[in-house]
Amino acid sequence: MNIFNQARRTLGQSDPNFGAPLDTTHGPILYVEGVTVSFDGFRALNNLNLYVDEGELRCIIGPNGAGKTTMMDVITGKTKPDSGSVYFGQQINLLELSEHQIARGGIGRKFQKPTIFEALTVYENLELATAADKRVWWTLTQSLNSSQRYRIDEVLVQIGLADLRHHNAGALSHGQKQWLEIGMLLMQNPRVLLVDEPVAGMTGEETEKTAELLVSLAGDHSVIVVEHDMKFVRSIARKVTVLHQGSVLTEGTMDQVQNDPKVIEVYLGE
Amino acid sequence: MLTQRLLLSDRGGMIVLGLIALTAVIVPILNLAVPHDSIFHVSTYTVTLLGKFLCYALLALSVDLIWGYAGILSLGHGAFFALGGYAMGMYLMRQIGDRGQYGNPELPDFMVFLNWDALPWYWQGFDMFWFAMLMVLVVPGLLALVFGWLAFRSRVTGVYFAIITQALTYALMLAFFRNEMGFGGNNGLTDFKDILGFSITASGTRVSLFVMSALMLILAYLACRYIVTSRMGRIIVSIRDAESRTRFCGYKVESYKLWLFVFSSVLAGIAGALYVPQVGIINPGEFSPLNSIELVVWVATGGRGTLFGAIVGAFAVNYGKTIFTSWSPEAWLFVLGSLFVLVTLVLPKGLVGLVARFKRTNKTPPNDTPDNTPKTPTLKPAEETH
Amino acid sequence: MPNLQWLLKSLLGLCLLTSLAHSAMAQTDTESDKPTSTATTEFETLVHELPKGSLSKRGQTIKALAMVNDERVPSVIEALQQGNLYADRGNPPTVAISSGKDAFIDALSGEAVAADTAEKLKRIPINNRMRSQLRTLLAAININHAQPDIRLNAVKQLISDGVDDDSVELLKTRQSTEPDAKVRDAITIAIALFNVESEDPSARLDAIALFSGSLEPEVRTKLTELATSDDNKQVRTKAQQALNAIEDRIAVYRFGENVFFGLSLGSVLLLSAIGLAITFGVMGVINMAHGELMMIGAYTTWVVQQIFPNQITYSLLIAVPAAFVVAGLVGIAIERGVIRFLYGRPLETLLATFGISLILQQAARSIFSPLNRAVSLPDWMSGSMEINPVLSITYNRFYILIFGLVVFFVLMMILKKTSLGLKVRAVSQNRSMARAVGVRANWVDALTFGLGSGIAGIAGVALSQLTNVGPNLGQAYIIDSFMVVVFGGVGNLWGTLVGAMGLGIINKFLEPYAGAVLAKVLVLVLLILFIQKKPKGLFPQKGRAAAD
Repeated sequence: MNIFNQARRTLGQSDPNFGAPLDTTHGPILYVEGVTVSFDGFRALNNLNLYVDEGELRCIIGPNGAGKTTMMDVITGKTKPDSGSVYFGQQINLLELSEHQIARGGIGRKFQKPTIFEALTVYENLELATAADKRVWWTLTQSLNSSQRYRIDEVLVQIGLADLRHHNAGALSHGQKQWLEIGMLLMQNPRVLLVDEPVAGMTGEETEKTAELLVSLAGDHSVIVVEHDMKFVRSIARKVTVLHQGSVLTEGTMDQVQNDPKVIEVYLGE
Repeated sequence: MLTQRLLLSDRGGMIVLGLIALTAVIVPILNLAVPHDSIFHVSTYTVTLLGKFLCYALLALSVDLIWGYAGILSLGHGAFFALGGYAMGMYLMRQIGDRGQYGNPELPDFMVFLNWDALPWYWQGFDMFWFAMLMVLVVPGLLALVFGWLAFRSRVTGVYFAIITQALTYALMLAFFRNEMGFGGNNGLTDFKDILGFSITASGTRVSLFVMSALMLILAYLACRYIVTSRMGRIIVSIRDAESRTRFCGYKVESYKLWLFVFSSVLAGIAGALYVPQVGIINPGEFSPLNSIELVVWVATGGRGTLFGAIVGAFAVNYGKTIFTSWSPEAWLFVLGSLFVLVTLVLPKGLVGLVARFKRTNKTPPNDTPDNTPKTPTLKPAEETH
Repeated sequence: MPNLQWLLKSLLGLCLLTSLAHSAMAQTDTESDKPTSTATTEFETLVHELPKGSLSKRGQTIKALAMVNDERVPSVIEALQQGNLYADRGNPPTVAISSGKDAFIDALSGEAVAADTAEKLKRIPINNRMRSQLRTLLAAININHAQPDIRLNAVKQLISDGVDDDSVELLKTRQSTEPDAKVRDAITIAIALFNVESEDPSARLDAIALFSGSLEPEVRTKLTELATSDDNKQVRTKAQQALNAIEDRIAVYRFGENVFFGLSLGSVLLLSAIGLAITFGVMGVINMAHGELMMIGAYTTWVVQQIFPNQITYSLLIAVPAAFVVAGLVGIAIERGVIRFLYGRPLETLLATFGISLILQQAARSIFSPLNRAVSLPDWMSGSMEINPVLSITYNRFYILIFGLVVFFVLMMILKKTSLGLKVRAVSQNRSMARAVGVRANWVDALTFGLGSGIAGIAGVALSQLTNVGPNLGQAYIIDSFMVVVFGGVGNLWGTLVGAMGLGIINKFLEPYAGAVLAKVLVLVLLILFIQKKPKGLFPQKGRAAAD
């Protein structure tokens, strides 16, 4: 029966889960509870618990191999955990959904390496990401309406690429690619933005601009930033979560976290 | 608006389509209206040969759509071509009626030979032209739907997909070689007499089939242009270049691949259906993996990722094949083999890319206009990851 | 059908006519013989008698000859039975045994016959009845032979010819003195087969009891006959029971046979797939010319045998390393010339190597002709090991199975224990890191590809022992080998082993029900369905790296 349902989903592609508005009456928009993921015996995530409130800007730090990327993989449906649960709002069980459904539902993700469509122009990249009907037939027969095109112009200004709209995305600088990818996330009208190492390889000026951009996004969206650059984290962070060996070591403001003896041990002990 | 989108923005395509349309008008006149002894007369043999090439071009177009744009390399597209051909062949077999060697009004000769006393159920209805034409579309489409659904659903991509499509056509070839399948076994379907009441060998019929093939190719080209210039077209290119990113943008990648694959295989089926009455035979050899991979080389030679490149490639390689095989059949395989190697090594964008490069060096310095062909690194040993 | 009957009838008539003519001639012959015959041993006289006279007279001579106690008797009777006994028209005639093309040995002296005499030799004619008479006679002689396997064959011969009053006596005498258990069991069966014809139902029952578990086809025929048409009810039930027991045993052996054939096919798949597993699994390179590298290995075997036509027995010892080197060098040339420009572009690699495969095939056609070449089997590879009448194992398949496993484990060792293996694994996991610690990645690539290709060459040697060698040899296996790699999982040699053996066995078990072609089709369909459940094969690489 399962296979039959999947067939219907492939062919018909309705997204029954996203009919109703997201229920965030209890505060958090994202619930990650008791999640464990192991690869060949190695536990990438170990009973991880994480709650993110609506409109929050959360920074997640942790040494290499702490499980930051795996956590994002689980939330976005790329990796299915061995155990635990992940809920989006009160109602939606993310573990039952596939990547594209999660993306359509309002969780956007920026990858560690900038992944944009280099063969397309800046404008086309944003066009692709636009929250519109993403089923095959509609994309074949319909182009975007004027409000959607207006939204693209808005975002182009927001990410500072308005002048480059008809340039090939492949020709952009590293920083511009990162912004374009954030812009693509914005086009999806997401409720939650997962941003993986947004300032890696950026110049100081670019980093500052990125920080401004992310801070301005919080409030309308919940933003989760994974980053190594402590200076950057300090400049934007309100609440910081430290991951270590696949679970949460501590949570709090930047100052609390930096003075926590456990954190000092983990970072200095390496 | 639509003309701008489909034609005017595509200069190479306009030239190629123009040439095809011109041939479709001139060749029939030169064949039917010009007397035989005139040097301007085009023989029926040449008409059929050109018709064959047009079918190949349509087939190449179908492969280019999925390989050039979506990055799905199918090494089994010959199977869809052959299935379309068999559907047409079954109609033509039924049209023979009692003019076969055994004079059986119902059964084709090979079934009489096998001592069958009734038509198998899957031969029912093929005496009606509309039904056979429906099957030309449905059979390849359905196979592509089921196979593609199974493959794309489990995220079989790249070389894995190439290999299992090759296995698919290989399996079909083995199956169709069996007499018990009821498709004429080794010999396939042949000895056709007429189509829609017109004798299949008559010049008039041949010319009509030729014109039909040209029309079909032009229509299919415009349909493909419509797809690749739509929003869907850009999504497909995105899937080719960054599948996972596209998925995280909220697109159901499997569905896009699946429908494109189905459409492409239907085009291949149509090509096969037009091909069979012109060459007068369809046999399991059409399923051979070599055929399928050869047609990929047509596309690569012409230049994949540009629709007209596929047409150019199909004509160029098949014309070369006709020349070479008449000169020395052994040499052809050497040439074809070398073509595989040369195109991948030094001509990653095919003939079309070569012309473009030539024009660019002659005119302006390279600009950064939107480039729709797949990214292909220049010729140098790989340095980084595999 | 009527045509055939007519043909048989006319042939029979012809035989009758000729035998009449012979007997007429024979009478005059014997008259003239007598004065010249000198005093010789009885054996020599009888041998000299053989070519003469009618067929019926020859039959009597043969019977008399069989009674003579002379060590030369079996060879003469055997030669006569197989149509290898020749004689000229001399007086006394020279009687000679053919020992190969145009070579004869004198039946009496055992010396080679001079060429001028040999020219006049003519085959001594026998008919079908005599042929079976001779077979029985030979069996009777051989039943007391010193070697147990000759005795066993003699008893089996008697069983298939039918045991009569004479031979049962022979068997009974031998039974008491026979030292070998296998021969004794066979004799028991033979005597029981005689006794089961007895009028007395209890004697028949005793005989049936002796049949338990015998796999001789004659026993089964007899039991089936008894179970359906014996007039005694008890005999019928007993016979049916015995038959059922035998059928069960046969089912077990049939199963064993299928497993063996499956493993044998699996070993061929394994040999052809492990080379691929290295180039595809470890290096990520699709090599469509892999089948043609196997073809090169097979042709190398043929060339080696052409160079040393008298050393067929040892030819494989030379062919295996030679094929490894030749195919390996071709592989390295392919890697350096084409593939290294295409790393990271698997689809282009696939197309380019396919082109190479076309070129190699056509080259083989041009150099060696499009016709198949037959590679000879060394003696130790030919023939089969008969485990029982139902199950026999051909040596070539058996040795290739062993060989496949040996190659597999040697390769495993190379990858695990040698420094080349370490470097190969390092480069395949992280190219730039390996380069940073001083591994010459280009060099490792070339060697790895050479290794994979060399193994393809070895696989070709093995294949040449199973099929004819031709330009299309490789094509037949390439798709199957890829299926093995896909089934087993990329980058894991154990997966290749399990995949190859698994596919081999599945294939052979489907064949009896579906036929060879349909079995293949079914396996392909099953495989496509299998990928649904496990897209990365039986033994997937796990971890974050494998996810991308």
